[in-house]
Amino acid sequence: MFKPIAWLLCLAPLAYLIYSLYQDLGVNPIETFTNFTGIWTLRLIMITLAITPLRWITGINQLVNYRRLVGLFAFFYGTIHFLTYVVTTFFIEGFSNFDASGLAADLTTRPYIVAGFTAFVLMIPLAVTSTAGWIRRLGGRNWNWLHRLIYITAIAAVLHYWWKVSVKLPPVNPRNYAILVGILLAFRIWRYFAKRSASEV
Amino acid sequence: MLIKKAADLKESDVTPKELFLKRREFIAAAGVTAAAVATNGLGVFGDDDSVAAQNPNAQKLANLKKSPFSTDEKLNSYRDITTYNNFYEFGTDKADPGKYASTLRPRPWSVVVEGQCGKPGTYHIEDIMKWAPLEERIYRLRCVEAWSMVVPWIGYSMSEFLKRFEPTSKAKYVQFKTLVDTKQMPGQTEPALQWPYVEGLRMDEAMHPLTLVGLGLYGEVLPNQNGAPIRLVVPWKYGFKSIKSIVRVAFTENEPLNTWKQQQSQEYGFYANVNPQVDHPRWSQGSERRIGEFFRRKTLMFNGYGDQVASLYSGMDLRKFY
Repeated sequence: MFKPIAWLLCLAPLAYLIYSLYQDLGVNPIETFTNFTGIWTLRLIMITLAITPLRWITGINQLVNYRRLVGLFAFFYGTIHFLTYVVTTFFIEGFSNFDASGLAADLTTRPYIVAGFTAFVLMIPLAVTSTAGWIRRLGGRNWNWLHRLIYITAIAAVLHYWWKVSVKLPPVNPRNYAILVGILLAFRIWRYFAKRSASEV
Repeated sequence: MLIKKAADLKESDVTPKELFLKRREFIAAAGVTAAAVATNGLGVFGDDDSVAAQNPNAQKLANLKKSPFSTDEKLNSYRDITTYNNFYEFGTDKADPGKYASTLRPRPWSVVVEGQCGKPGTYHIEDIMKWAPLEERIYRLRCVEAWSMVVPWIGYSMSEFLKRFEPTSKAKYVQFKTLVDTKQMPGQTEPALQWPYVEGLRMDEAMHPLTLVGLGLYGEVLPNQNGAPIRLVVPWKYGFKSIKSIVRVAFTENEPLNTWKQQQSQEYGFYANVNPQVDHPRWSQGSERRIGEFFRRKTLMFNGYGDQVASLYSGMDLRKFY
């Protein structure tokens, strides 16, 4: 029912980014663009993770209808973020010169890049299997297990952010996201034990 | 072995305008990456019209000597140079110094000179500015964060400055310190770094003709956010070596502990020579983004000043002395 509004809200950061592109992205536009798409990926991952606890708290079961939408938008912004990094870092002095070994070294040896890449790659199977057809094919139980990968994505995304800015103390923003992930995951742990003890009774 | 590479790379190999045009060709040829077309088409990376938009209130510096050390590469705009700074004394965001450095009072200003020298004392900025003819020196600036700019500095050789104090034979290093004053530098209320900011050079590095006492840029005295009223400029080292707003100079026998080495010694050393073969632990130093360009460029050994400075480090393992 509120789907069009959810779409608009998820597209708003993109609209703002395109608008800024026409206005002014500052002295280092690529950095601004990369940081912007990165932070919105993280925010949408947080919102995706918040939907289920919100549903428990409020009892509004329809909230679950928006989880896929928000999750896919997180993947969308994450894809732009990742591609921006690849294109603007490893094409040296033109599109004809791609530094593939530099990219490979970055993806495997730099901790903050490894964390970011892990977060991104783990979102791919979630995006692919987000359709009703895949839920049917996998079966609800397997599908649920697979989609718990989002927990790893969320943790890796926060680590990516934290390690990227770690020198600039105090890292207030990454810390706040870390606390948020902690709370959102704690809800699930609490729920798990609450359910288990309920079924034992 | 590390050094040889620099010899065959000259400034004249890189013509920004050609690169700029080439870039457009590539983009045209490649057709449609939305981001590239959008940004280039929109002029986000185009020529900047704010080059001449200096501060109308700043003291102008005239009769500048041209320097043979200047590069002929395209200058970064005044806006680039004055709104994108690492100067944690005013905040850790690169836009902070441009916004908040107005609290700094660069006059009156004096520099205390001490340590192993014949003429220690307190020297006033008005006098310091007259000790040698002012030159314009257009240098590349390479930040350790893998971005770079081309800056038209004004100043004179550090050797002219240091010789005045008659360093003794015991002076093996020279140490510089930035002002500490939380009223003038509100960022110092945060523990982002240990204050004061400290930097140092070996005497032969400090006396090298490329090493500059920075007193201005773009035809005027230094803007506050760029380290007014007096700073160091060492173009073959990462930017953090070029300490800003200097109030103390000391000639020492031992290697001074510089702030970033103190902060993170695995990541930042004393020498901090630009070196594409020695990566920062968190990122590659093999390439850099010249502010204003879409694609990265290769980073040059000693930031392209290898012909002049490589001999300072002959026989040294630059992986160890990073």
